[in-house]
Amino acid sequence: MTVGLEHFLILSAILFSIGLYGVLAKRNAVAILMSIEIMLNAVNIAMVAFWHYGSPMLMTGMVFVIFIMVVAAAEAAVGLALIIAIYRSRESVDAEKFDLMKW
Amino acid sequence: MPPEAVLAIFLLPFFSFVIISFIIRPFFKHRPQLSGYVIIASIGTSLLLSIWALIEVIGTEVNALPMPDYEWLAIGDTAIRIGVTVDSLAAVMLIVVTSVSLLVQIYSQGYMRGDPGYSRYFAFMSLFTGSMLGLVLADNLLFLFLFWEGVGLCSYLLIGFWFHKPEAARAATKAFLVTRLGDFGFLAAILLLYANTGTFDIGELHQFALAGVLGGTVLTWAAIGVFSGAVGKSAQFPLHTWLPDAMEGPTPVSALIHAATMVAAGVYLVARMFPVFASSAEAITTVAIIGGFTAIFAATMALVMKDIKRVLAYSTISQLGYMMLGLGAVGVAVSSGAIPIEHGLALGVAVGIFHLFNHAFFKALLFLGAGSVNHATGTFDMKEMGGLRKAMPWTFATFLIASLSLAGIWPLAGFWSKEGILTHAWESTPILFYLAMITVFMTAFYMFRVVFLTFGGEYRGQSHDSHGLHESPLVMIGPMVLLAILSVVSGWLPISEFLGGESHSFFGALSHPLAWASLLLAGGGILLAYAIYSKKWLSAESLGRAFAPLYTLFSRKYWLDELYERVFVGRVLIGGIFAALHWFDDHIVDGAVNGIADGTIAAGGAIRRAQTGQLQAYGLAIFIGILAIVAFLFIFG
Amino acid sequence: MALEIAFWVLAAVIVGAAVAVVLLRNIFHAALFLVLCFFTIAGIYIILSADFLAGAQVLIYVGAIGVLIIFAIMLTRETQRGSPSGRLRLPALLVGLLFLATMVFIVVSTDWHVVAEIPTEPTTSAIAQALFSGEEGFVLAFEIAAALLLAAIVGAIVLVREK
Repeated sequence: MTVGLEHFLILSAILFSIGLYGVLAKRNAVAILMSIEIMLNAVNIAMVAFWHYGSPMLMTGMVFVIFIMVVAAAEAAVGLALIIAIYRSRESVDAEKFDLMKW
Repeated sequence: MPPEAVLAIFLLPFFSFVIISFIIRPFFKHRPQLSGYVIIASIGTSLLLSIWALIEVIGTEVNALPMPDYEWLAIGDTAIRIGVTVDSLAAVMLIVVTSVSLLVQIYSQGYMRGDPGYSRYFAFMSLFTGSMLGLVLADNLLFLFLFWEGVGLCSYLLIGFWFHKPEAARAATKAFLVTRLGDFGFLAAILLLYANTGTFDIGELHQFALAGVLGGTVLTWAAIGVFSGAVGKSAQFPLHTWLPDAMEGPTPVSALIHAATMVAAGVYLVARMFPVFASSAEAITTVAIIGGFTAIFAATMALVMKDIKRVLAYSTISQLGYMMLGLGAVGVAVSSGAIPIEHGLALGVAVGIFHLFNHAFFKALLFLGAGSVNHATGTFDMKEMGGLRKAMPWTFATFLIASLSLAGIWPLAGFWSKEGILTHAWESTPILFYLAMITVFMTAFYMFRVVFLTFGGEYRGQSHDSHGLHESPLVMIGPMVLLAILSVVSGWLPISEFLGGESHSFFGALSHPLAWASLLLAGGGILLAYAIYSKKWLSAESLGRAFAPLYTLFSRKYWLDELYERVFVGRVLIGGIFAALHWFDDHIVDGAVNGIADGTIAAGGAIRRAQTGQLQAYGLAIFIGILAIVAFLFIFG
Repeated sequence: MALEIAFWVLAAVIVGAAVAVVLLRNIFHAALFLVLCFFTIAGIYIILSADFLAGAQVLIYVGAIGVLIIFAIMLTRETQRGSPSGRLRLPALLVGLLFLATMVFIVVSTDWHVVAEIPTEPTTSAIAQALFSGEEGFVLAFEIAAALLLAAIVGAIVLVREK
């Protein structure tokens, strides 16, 4: 059958959910970060699909995607730096051990 | 007579109380006899004013003086008024209270000499006299109740006068609590009457009762409530247990309060409220039955007591029962219609109060005589006495006169008033009449048992030998002689007619068969006492063994004290109700309050577990929230 | 026709790789599957005629982020544990499925306005035009993004330097 907008959007949704599961369920902090990247990519797919099927004349969709990539990169860098800093002081990257956000 | 003079009658003793308590006791400690002078001055003046009031009342037609009343409190649009009534009943009572009180205060100068609490004694005595006079003069139930509580308080203070003796303290508390029980019924009755009629005024209540406005069950319950107050104060069955124990107080206190005046307040109350009582057949029958039963019931216990004052205490209870019987018998006749109302109301009052009048004098004298004996021998136990007629002739003579009067021997005072009661009991309540006649026999017997044991035979005690015993000083003998004269002549005074009753002729009374019957019974009692205790033809011990179960029953006071204290108070109240309430308070009330606190803490503890501090848990919560919002919008949007 | 087949194949690979990322215990393998996922997404972009973005995806994600992730894995190695699943895996699974269901429902039940034209030209210059022109362009956002990257670099260095 012809592949339409819905297919890409459903693909995006599936990816997003997989990423969501990973964020909430993994214990290793780096794995959580990887799942965040999956979620961001899912959003990008949705954006590009909308551009392609919605308004291909305007470049706004693409520009948006570029900016999302920029932010994702920055965030990945800082996040991984944080994880390494935590690993240095605690010898562990297990997210269940980081429970100071309590009182 | 100006109203201020009437008010002064009961205000003067209060004034004396204030002076003694606040001026003499703190500042004149080294001259305590000043208290005695102050109180005698004030009560003497009250006596003169009472005599004036009596003369004035005799002079008026309706036997009453008009007196204004004052507004005391206004709550919203109800005003509580207080005022005084001076009618024949009040005038007679005033004379009784002031004269006996004055004589007892004079006697106390001798009896209480040297006691460290001398001034305190007279302070309380004046407070008591003021309250009693106020009680007699009050014209509405609320004002009366104020003084009713006042005399109860003074009774407590005076019974427990030697408060360092534990028996005295206990007896005072017992007196207060037992009479309180009766006072509760009285207060409930006052409120019931107010709720149904809107007034406390006694005169208005009489009119309501007679007109039938206040009727049926309300009237009966109110009358019974009032009577319960009288039962407590006058030590009738079942609230009689406090009076024998009250003998722990000084003897003049027993003479004044527990013989002549305070215990008579109950009889006075029934007399004052007589129209209300007579309008309810059930209430007045109750009065008669309780009075008649108490008379014989107390007399049985007086037969076996070894302590003079205890015998006299039971005798007082018995005689008060006679007075209630008199009131009740006439009231029964009135309510059944045998005696017409206009005549019957005054007649009932006359019959009861005449005996109260006479009884006050000879009973006070008997107590003062017992005090005199104690002054000489140091004891009240009759086993330690005997032969005192030689050492204390005046005490013996006056005591003998009072005993004959109490036994009802013609022509002494007691005969006349007892005859009145017995006659009306014969006509209205025959069963109670027979009980009363048996009581006549017992009264004579126990009184003369005391006379023979105390004054007859030879001295049996150890504390002094016979040479050391001496007569009491003049200050004690004087009042006793005066009271002895009154015990003889008070029956000859036209008190009964003055109160609206019947007159009697001096010798004509002997023509009545009832008079002969009672005289024979009294004589028989005296003879039996003579036989057992004086001539010893019969031995007291063998009689005691022959009637052993009865003897035990009487001397253990029918085990009523044990019943009241151990069973009622101990098991039912303390063990049962109070324990249940305590449990309720601990577990349910406190449990609820603590439960809320515990519940809050537990809820907090449970919710705290949601704060894990872990990022992923919070993230999960965020996404669940997003789903919830979406669902909400989908369902309701 | 070819595009459809390409789509299905690529979609299957993407989903499989993503599932592998979140389920694998060995974190290094998970990282490798992540890289595969990134590559395949670039292929999706090509199907969608976003040529520049496909290149950017490979450069940025695979080249930079993927390498960064592998470096971080090597520097925070916990050999015993690796990457196990946490306590909340069942609630997370539930939430994920519900989310998926919601989004699929939205996608399927919305009436999308699909435009008929298909872009055919290369997009690079068009993106450049949009990005750098002043009035209807995004030059301000571009500059801010540059500042953001600077902040990120400085921040990462500060966080990680030895004291």
